[in-house]
Amino acid sequence: MAKRIDVKELNLYYGKFHAVQEVSIAVPPRNVTAFIGPSGCGKSTVLRSLNRMHEVAPGARVEGSVQLDGEDIYASSVDPVQVRRTIGMVFQRPNPFPTMSIKDNVVAGLRLAGTKNKKQLDEVAERSLRGANLWNEVKDRLDRPGGGLSGGQQQRLCIARAIAVQPDVLLMDEPCSALDPISTLAIEDLITELKKDFTIVIVTHNMQQAARVSDQTAFFNLNGVGQPGRLIEVDDTEKIFSNPSQKATEDYISGRFG
Amino acid sequence: MTTDTADLTRLATPPTFQSVSGARKFKNGLATAAVWGAFLVAIVPLVWVLFIVVQRGLPIVVNADWWQKSLNGLLSRQQGGGVYHAIYGTLVQGLVCAVISVPIGLMVGVYLVEYGGRSRLAKATTFMVDILTGVPSIVAALFVYSLWITTFGFGRSGFAVALALVLLMVPVIVRTTEEMLKIVPDELREASYALGIPKWKTIVKIVIPTALSGILTGIMLALARVMGETAPVLVLAAYAPYINYNLFDGPMASLPLLMTTERSNSTAAGFDRIWGAAITLVIIITLFNLLATVVSRVLAPKTK
Repeated sequence: MAKRIDVKELNLYYGKFHAVQEVSIAVPPRNVTAFIGPSGCGKSTVLRSLNRMHEVAPGARVEGSVQLDGEDIYASSVDPVQVRRTIGMVFQRPNPFPTMSIKDNVVAGLRLAGTKNKKQLDEVAERSLRGANLWNEVKDRLDRPGGGLSGGQQQRLCIARAIAVQPDVLLMDEPCSALDPISTLAIEDLITELKKDFTIVIVTHNMQQAARVSDQTAFFNLNGVGQPGRLIEVDDTEKIFSNPSQKATEDYISGRFG
Repeated sequence: MTTDTADLTRLATPPTFQSVSGARKFKNGLATAAVWGAFLVAIVPLVWVLFIVVQRGLPIVVNADWWQKSLNGLLSRQQGGGVYHAIYGTLVQGLVCAVISVPIGLMVGVYLVEYGGRSRLAKATTFMVDILTGVPSIVAALFVYSLWITTFGFGRSGFAVALALVLLMVPVIVRTTEEMLKIVPDELREASYALGIPKWKTIVKIVIPTALSGILTGIMLALARVMGETAPVLVLAAYAPYINYNLFDGPMASLPLLMTTERSNSTAAGFDRIWGAAITLVIIITLFNLLATVVSRVLAPKTK
């Protein structure tokens, strides 16, 4: 469980476009790291490169290394499917599988990987839904379609689905941006809970959210449109929000920025 | 002192909102009339055709013999008998065609959307499918005739008809599959990848099930379409008034073929058989369409 991530001199491209330049960052285990920065600065791209989802886009390319407990996930011998199994992801918009029931959504990862034992699947479903603080709301309708839940519930369903395969790391790409404040609060509480078992990296546009949930914050920026995004600084969240070492960071968090 | 009352009641500023202008009302009326007119023009022939088919055909088919017997041994002017032989031919030719076309069309569609991308092979395939979509059924029939019968030396048979129908059905299924797979959001694929599910399993277990109701509707419609095709049965199968269960050998009737054959029969019996076969074909195709609707309702992603 809960492994550390070391990113070294990462460069990311979409075709000829250089999206992210020279990012190096260390993410300690059992810790929440927040990526903040203006739109287009490459924070989501960096996040997606951490479980090899970046390369799913046509023409996408990666240079540099990403290590999970010292193992390079981009080594040529590594199967990207296994990487994604170890490093789970929650997306911006809740995306439960529309043809599946609530329970089938949660156990989709295990079932499609070949687990057939019904008792085991039931146990995993309950444990994951409890872990995502959704069990009490859906325990009486596990066979209903996942698409019938509210947006916030769907997002927690997606988190349950992601933790059901017991990943070491959980990546979250703006998980609350499509949710109302109450659902957001539920997810933030959940992140604090999940931190005990998982290494979490979260991209957010909401700086209060970064300040509330994260231990470490990374600020990304770009020099201009069409320029690659860069990591400006990474430090303890408290320090970033009280006394950042870069002026760009201070401008951004205090709202004196674009 | 005289006060101008009009001045007192007039507002200081003109109102922000005015009534709909005359020109817009006129255009709206014109467009409404055009839409209704087009609707009527489209619906009148449809109702007319259905009315005549039902009026002339229904009395013939409300008869158990019609569905259970063939025309074997009957003279052309003799009333009675049934079209079981032709219903059998139509259904079997259509289903064999579907059994061959569905896997091919489905897999080509999956290739084009999930794997082909913008590669040359994908572009060439799309181009070929486009051309095949536009091939008239008589051309498909003649192609199968020259290949299957002239070159390979097989006889005319129900199977040759099914082969020609395959040429007509595959492009329709490829197109439907493509369109349906394209509207499955990429987010679902990514959600599946992020769970460590390999691409092929994502396609088989997530993407295709999500698109399945639309794909099946397309398949059913394509099937209904090819079952009414006349050119392939005229060219590739001889008519038989008796029941031939053998798809690979001998003459085999089908509803369109029975109708064209009976056209040379100028007696009242021939007239009845044509209209009876027509409404039978309409009923079969309607049943397939209903089946498609039910199946796609059952399979469609639900929210409740």
